[in-house]
Amino acid sequence: MFHPSHFAAVLLFSLFASTVFGITMRDTPQRMFRYGAYCFILFVGSAIVLSWVMLLIAR
Amino acid sequence: MSTTPNKPVAGKKSDQGFVYLPLIAGWLVPGAGHFLLGKWIRGTLLAVSIVAMFALGLAMQGKLYTSVQDILGLLGMAGDMGTGLLYLVSRALGLGSQPTQTTVADYGKVFIVVAGLLNIIAAVDAHNLRTGRKS
Repeated sequence: MFHPSHFAAVLLFSLFASTVFGITMRDTPQRMFRYGAYCFILFVGSAIVLSWVMLLIAR
Repeated sequence: MSTTPNKPVAGKKSDQGFVYLPLIAGWLVPGAGHFLLGKWIRGTLLAVSIVAMFALGLAMQGKLYTSVQDILGLLGMAGDMGTGLLYLVSRALGLGSQPTQTTVADYGKVFIVVAGLLNIIAAVDAHNLRTGRKS
């Protein structure tokens, strides 16, 4: 049984999804890497921002 | 306006053999469509990402959809079936049959569904490479 924290799950999800997005959405290796990194940052960044928003709403 | 962006590139690969083979192989086995086209690094990265996501989903005690109760169940099952043989083998082995009882198991269920959806994207990408829409 694997018990990641919520943030670890976000990191794993973002890593794998960004890898597939990068490879399938761009043509050259350099553009694939850049797009994958862009998607990863957006996934993780949006999760962090939404977490703070939900925390502020809950107060 | 420019020319159509999805116009197939004339190439030797485009007119040889069964054109849907990379699509079907890529759906059944993650990365296999790219392997058939000689894209070894891309295929390996796709296979590792999709299989790891599926395996982690099962390790988190994520549930595999086995029957359709409502529209969400139908969508979940469609996503699960995107993993091809991984889904069939896991069901045959009885994996992912326990009901979702923890938050982590809910994450696992999502990991499995998204692995299937990503595999469909990868299989379509292999098809586009095969037809010359993508290089």
